[in-house]
Amino acid sequence: MNANVGIVIVSHSPDVARGAADMVRQMVGDDVPLAWCGGAPGGGLGTNVEEILAAISRAWSDAGVAVLVDLGGAETNTEMAIEMLPDEKQASVVVCDAPIVEGAVMAATEASAGSSLEEVRRTAEELKPA
Amino acid sequence: MLHEVGLHARPSVKLTQLAKSFSSRIEFASAADGPWTDAKSIVKVMKTRTPKDALLHFRAEGADAQAAVNALIALVERDFETGP
Repeated sequence: MNANVGIVIVSHSPDVARGAADMVRQMVGDDVPLAWCGGAPGGGLGTNVEEILAAISRAWSDAGVAVLVDLGGAETNTEMAIEMLPDEKQASVVVCDAPIVEGAVMAATEASAGSSLEEVRRTAEELKPA
Repeated sequence: MLHEVGLHARPSVKLTQLAKSFSSRIEFASAADGPWTDAKSIVKVMKTRTPKDALLHFRAEGADAQAAVNALIALVERDFETGP
C-alpha cells in the first residue's frame, strides 16, 4: 500500500499520456502511484471509461487519486468512470482543472511529499492563468 | 547557484521535495533582500525562473531550520543530482 496520493493521466493520445507519465517518473521519481491511459482500441485517438477505471485502480492509493485530463471526452469519460466506482471510493478521486503535462508533474511533486488529495489538487490548479 | 541551467523543472522538483521533508518554513531568493519564495511550493519555485549562476539565498524558521538550510545548500552544491 502506498500512502501517497496516486496520479492518473488521461489523454486522447496514448503518446501524450505515456510521455506525460515518463516526465513524472523522471522528474519526480517512483514514490507516487502513477497510471495513464488513452487512445481508441483501433489505434486512433480517444478515451474510454473502462480504461480510465483500470488506470484509476492501478494508481489506487488510500490517500486518493488525482486525475489529469486533456480535452472534452477525457473529462466527461473520467467523470463517468468516477461515478461507476463504489460509493466509498468516489470521494477519493478528483479531476484537476490543470494542463495535463504540467499539472501531472506539479501534482506528483506535491503528492511525493505526502500531501493530502486536496493539497495535490490545489497545487496542480495553481497553474491556471489568473 | 552552481547549476548550469538554473532552476528549471527537474532542479525545482528536487528543491521542493527536499524542502518539504523539513517542518520549518523555508524560503529562498536570488538576492539578499528578496523577494522571497516559499521553497515548498513547486509552482512558485518554477515561476521564479531563477537563471544559471544566480546566487541563491536560503532562510528558514522552525525546529529544523539549520538542518534544512544545510541540506538545501548541499543539494545546490551537488548540482541538484541531475545528470548532464
